[in-house]
Amino acid sequence: MSEKAMAPRDQGAPDYTQYLHPLMAKNYGKWDYHERLRPGVLVHVAENGDKLYTVRAGSPRTMSADTVRKVCDIADKYCEGFVRFTTRANIEFLLGDASQLDGLINTVEKDLGWPVGGTGPSVSNIAHTQGWLHCNLPGTDAAGSVKAMMDDLIEEFKTESFPNRVHLSTSCCQINCASHGDISVIVQHHHPPRINHDNMQICELPKVVAICPAAAIRPAVVNGNESVEVVQEKCMYCGACHGQCPSMEIRDAQTDTLSIWVGGKMSNARSAPTFMKLAVWGIPNNPPRWPEVSAAIRRILTAYKEGAKDWERVGEWIERIGWQRFFEKTGFPFTKYHIDDSPEALSNLNRSAMVRL
Amino acid sequence: MSNEDSSPGMALKTPLLNELESGPWPSFVKDLKEYSKKRPQIVQLLNQLEESYENKWNYWLGKIINVPGYGGGVIARVSEKADKYPALANFHTVRVIEPPGWVYNTAALRNLADSAERHGAGILQLHGMSGDILLLGFDDNGSMNVAEDLMNDGWDIGGSGAAMRTLQCCVGQARCEMACFDTMKTTKFITDSFIEFLHRPEFVYKFKFKLSGCGNDCGNSIVRSDMPIIGTWRGPMQVNQEKVAEFIDEKGLEYLIDNVITRCPTRCLSVRGKELKVEDSECVRCMHCINVMNKALKPGKDRGVTILVGGHRTLKIGDTMSSVLVPFMKLETDEDLENLKEFIERVWEFWNDNGMDHERIGEFIHRVGMATFLDGIGMEPDPRMILRPRTSPYIKFEELAPTRFGGEQTQNPKVWNRESEGPETAD
Ligand code: SF4
Ligand code: SF4
Ligand code: SF4
Ligand code: SF4
Repeated sequence: MSEKAMAPRDQGAPDYTQYLHPLMAKNYGKWDYHERLRPGVLVHVAENGDKLYTVRAGSPRTMSADTVRKVCDIADKYCEGFVRFTTRANIEFLLGDASQLDGLINTVEKDLGWPVGGTGPSVSNIAHTQGWLHCNLPGTDAAGSVKAMMDDLIEEFKTESFPNRVHLSTSCCQINCASHGDISVIVQHHHPPRINHDNMQICELPKVVAICPAAAIRPAVVNGNESVEVVQEKCMYCGACHGQCPSMEIRDAQTDTLSIWVGGKMSNARSAPTFMKLAVWGIPNNPPRWPEVSAAIRRILTAYKEGAKDWERVGEWIERIGWQRFFEKTGFPFTKYHIDDSPEALSNLNRSAMVRL
Repeated sequence: MSNEDSSPGMALKTPLLNELESGPWPSFVKDLKEYSKKRPQIVQLLNQLEESYENKWNYWLGKIINVPGYGGGVIARVSEKADKYPALANFHTVRVIEPPGWVYNTAALRNLADSAERHGAGILQLHGMSGDILLLGFDDNGSMNVAEDLMNDGWDIGGSGAAMRTLQCCVGQARCEMACFDTMKTTKFITDSFIEFLHRPEFVYKFKFKLSGCGNDCGNSIVRSDMPIIGTWRGPMQVNQEKVAEFIDEKGLEYLIDNVITRCPTRCLSVRGKELKVEDSECVRCMHCINVMNKALKPGKDRGVTILVGGHRTLKIGDTMSSVLVPFMKLETDEDLENLKEFIERVWEFWNDNGMDHERIGEFIHRVGMATFLDGIGMEPDPRMILRPRTSPYIKFEELAPTRFGGEQTQNPKVWNRESEGPETAD
């Protein structure tokens, strides 16, 4: 081991200026407008008329060093070596020469095998997390379910056929690393944690007790050892304790299910940002391809595409037509579990006499 | 190379994962299988993942290791099946601070790939949901060695734990005509100014900044960060009436009415002939009309940022959307940046002095109340911080609480702690 005992060097964020495509550096802060030339291809025009082309492609996010080198070879050949990545794990190849576009697109799609698209009113790449590949908490996989879903949605990625953009996300526990999306998949547990009393770390006890949002955990002596107990009626199976303490196992391969949430929106355009809301629950966690998830997403997307007005995001469309219509149009059952029972619950009831009949 | 494979002859056996090789979307399974031919330890990784698929169960446990001098950045993973998969006994992730806006040249990417391969499994994730570059598959020594190499090459280790986390921002002025401030520069400025708080966790809990150049919030800041910094402008929007007329000629008046005029959240747009009128004082900078007519309309010239506070996911008090803290701040000069720094320090000081263990700043504000929080950081209340005033009449007016029976002046506690006050005073 290198016992050089690195003093913290605190170097901070990399100097991004060295990584800017020359046209970005030259026109920094001086862009005039942009156009979408075709799905996946943007041109940004600077005030002085300079044009920077962007070819956006969906990446698998998890990649081998060799794949990164293949990306580099392409960027060296076509892009003077400059690329960037997006919030949703897309890669963007940047170039100034429009005549190179076809060659670049062809190389990215054929040689690298990454689809070009994800711009404008399309279904973009799915924001996702670690899953079984590398997290300590997951009830399902992330990269694999994303691969399966995007196989199904590839045409929606490669065309711009929706009223507005659709952001998807998946999370493999209720910590929900991937956060809100227009459509979002998360894991749901159905039992309180199973406690392994033999393995309780006393030093962590106060933290475990404190983390529970339902105040369901209390210290207890079990078999003469300091441990915890869970008040079963209070527990809401969130799994927060499991994140704090591996001896509080919340997952259950037999009973865990997936649920789909809709209507999350971060942008301020037209309407204030919104959280996603429960749409479908009780979907089986079915590796390796999770077909039930893809089918449910497809139903939502079909109804959205048919029903929404231009520029309406999924949540805006549903708010306009009402949730009654959403459940009618998608065919998903509305159940008592859709009714909020959180501290915000009353404000989520229909507190008016405005009813569609 | 660390993580030396002790059973090089192990055969890859992944019938379930193989089902993720077909189909048009790029397959990480195909990539890793190919790569495993030269990196035998990846056979073990895939075989363990196959078992997860088979049993719907996860075999990673967490532990804590740190690069000397750093309090975070290594996400340590040990396999429960290390007996069977010795190369996974220690298989940590190292977080690396990404270049703001995720811009790269290929020299930088090759350097990351080489470092990842030299000391670990050679798997990269671009990027983690925290914004960081993730390099996977280092044992304890490998984690130290890759950190050393990365630092020698000018990179730095990302955040984890109760610390300032790695920042994340949209592409901003580098390639977007909507950007109202320099997101990349500000991201680097905040990162570098407070780097010790990123590397050595000493807050009550994590603190995330995300920056977006305008209200479109491509940086996903508003629900995913404790302090979103979002670009905006004061005064009139820039309108090019010639281009408005061209837009109408091309798309038709109806399109303009249906998709721009009637979609403005504050009804501050109208059209007269081929001229678009903006009632600028009522515009809330939502960006919609500019998105639709991005050749004709632009943000105004007097630009700055709106700073919000408190966003986080469900734990513990339910999903919390950030809300307005500073309606407008200029962010152009070095002095402006220093003001921002001083402001952040004030916010952190009050939160860290009064917050409870594991209390995100949004939860803290929920507990003590926004008014107390504003008092605590020395800010005046501003109606732009709220949607509407309170409806509950149970109020402790400090000014109107007279001394009783000649006793001591009743003093409102600085921080109103609902838990210590008991249920009868909680609303
Ligand atoms: S969502 Fe949960 S299980 Fe998935 S990576 Fe995040 S913390 Fe881990
Ligand atoms: S699962 Fe959630 S509610 Fe239940 S005991 Fe654990 S932390 Fe508390
Ligand atoms: S947030 Fe605004 S400035 Fe940033 S990339 Fe998106 S549209 Fe452009
Ligand atoms: S930016 Fe939004 S609020 Fe302002 S005029 Fe345009 S649509 Fe209306």
